[in-house]
Amino acid sequence: MSIEIKNLKKSFKDKTVLDNISFKVDDGEILAIVGLSGAGKSTILKLICGLIKPDSGEIVVSEGDIAMVFQYSALFDSLNVYENIAFALKERKEFKNKYTENEIKDIVAQKLKMVGLEGIENKMPHELSGGMQKRVSFARAIVTNPSTILYDEPTSGLDPVSSTVIEDYIVRLRNELKATSVIVTHQLSTIKRCADKVIMLYNEKIVFCGSAQDMIENGNDYTRQFVNANINGPMKVALSDS
Amino acid sequence: MNFMELFRQSATYNLARLLAKQLEDFFETLGEIGIRFGQVMKFILRGELQWKLIIEQCSRFAVDSLPITLSIVGMTCIIIAMQVAPEMVKQGGEKYVGMLMAITITRELAAIMSGFAIISMIGSAYASEVATMRVTEQIDALKVLKVNPIKYLFVPRVIAGFLMMPVVVVISSFFGLVCGGVAAYVSAHVSKLNYISSVWQGLFVKDINVALFKSSLFGAAISLISCVCGYLAYGGAKGVGLSTTKAVVWSFVAITIIDYIIAMIFFF
Repeated sequence: MSIEIKNLKKSFKDKTVLDNISFKVDDGEILAIVGLSGAGKSTILKLICGLIKPDSGEIVVSEGDIAMVFQYSALFDSLNVYENIAFALKERKEFKNKYTENEIKDIVAQKLKMVGLEGIENKMPHELSGGMQKRVSFARAIVTNPSTILYDEPTSGLDPVSSTVIEDYIVRLRNELKATSVIVTHQLSTIKRCADKVIMLYNEKIVFCGSAQDMIENGNDYTRQFVNANINGPMKVALSDS
Repeated sequence: MNFMELFRQSATYNLARLLAKQLEDFFETLGEIGIRFGQVMKFILRGELQWKLIIEQCSRFAVDSLPITLSIVGMTCIIIAMQVAPEMVKQGGEKYVGMLMAITITRELAAIMSGFAIISMIGSAYASEVATMRVTEQIDALKVLKVNPIKYLFVPRVIAGFLMMPVVVVISSFFGLVCGGVAAYVSAHVSKLNYISSVWQGLFVKDINVALFKSSLFGAAISLISCVCGYLAYGGAKGVGLSTTKAVVWSFVAITIIDYIIAMIFFF
């Protein structure tokens, strides 16, 4: 259930996003990937789950299912909450005809309970708040009991209290499912509460790799600039097209 | 400023760049349609069909599009009959009005007008749905859940288009003939009996078969092109809008080309 990335390189047209990236996430570990916007954090998640292919390098994910929680939940808006969560069990080859409708109902109810949202099976995604949508997308992701869960900015757009709820669920899901997790985030609270390990990306490279505590308390010039939200530092933000 | 820099600022250069970009986009879309068509056919030939989704899409394709299709075909037939019937009656050709309407409707009008109606009603809806799913990462979510988006989104829609378009065309043809008859009676007093017997003489088995075959191709082409254009969408709301427009334009052109090829094969 570990993830190992070796010498990963990825470009989009002329722009190199990731260059010679290597890291390892151990079994059951939570890794947070941080960096400026456009640093290639989400690209790493898409590469891990196979949505895009690397130009070179290797991604080794030990056996098991990979699930992903998307930044804006990506719930299927024409399906209700039940249908969204049951989707993989009904549509995926390996699960088709494995469960009866009643068993699927039980599984969905159990997953909804895990994310604290019992009894909303018949609601449509647009009837839910952002935080609830996020939790439904958690339930959809964990319905197949994945061994790896990827989170793309799970707390973006949420108020601090809802963010804390989501962060607690990330830790809880790891503890209950023993899943290896990778979180892309900009939130220090998510790093503090969830991450065992942090890597920081800048200019296509990893500029920091260490524990969350090490990043916040010691780190290097890059992490200090990030933690203190400082404009001055080694990381430059493009303020205009020129 | 050297010559190249001056050239880069010229209208000719910018026009050439724009044309090159349009050409690139054209071939990209064409290639994508070819690739997706191959994938759709692979699933169909393997028999990997989801009947529940196909039935859902069939009902949507036929039922949702019928009011607008009937309105367009009906109105067009009324206009044609109102313009042609009085002239034909004046020239002593009353008994040919029905035949003319039957040939016009079965060979061309019903299929092409229904096609246009379906493009505006169903094709645009398919394109915007798939495009919205694309830009809101729902298609990525499908892939992560290990559900093939082509099998789940494209195949049911293409099959629905292939199966339901002939049904829509048959219903709209019948409706068009009725509307034409009423208009001929109102505008030129063409009798009901004359009109019906003339229609009967103008209906040929070959025309009906070709119309059914043609409309099946129209339906499948509209569904496939709309899904592909939606699938290629990127960006936000603007991307969805652009892909919908593209789907409508490409579908119009595609069914016109298919219509031309079929006319060449069967009627020349």
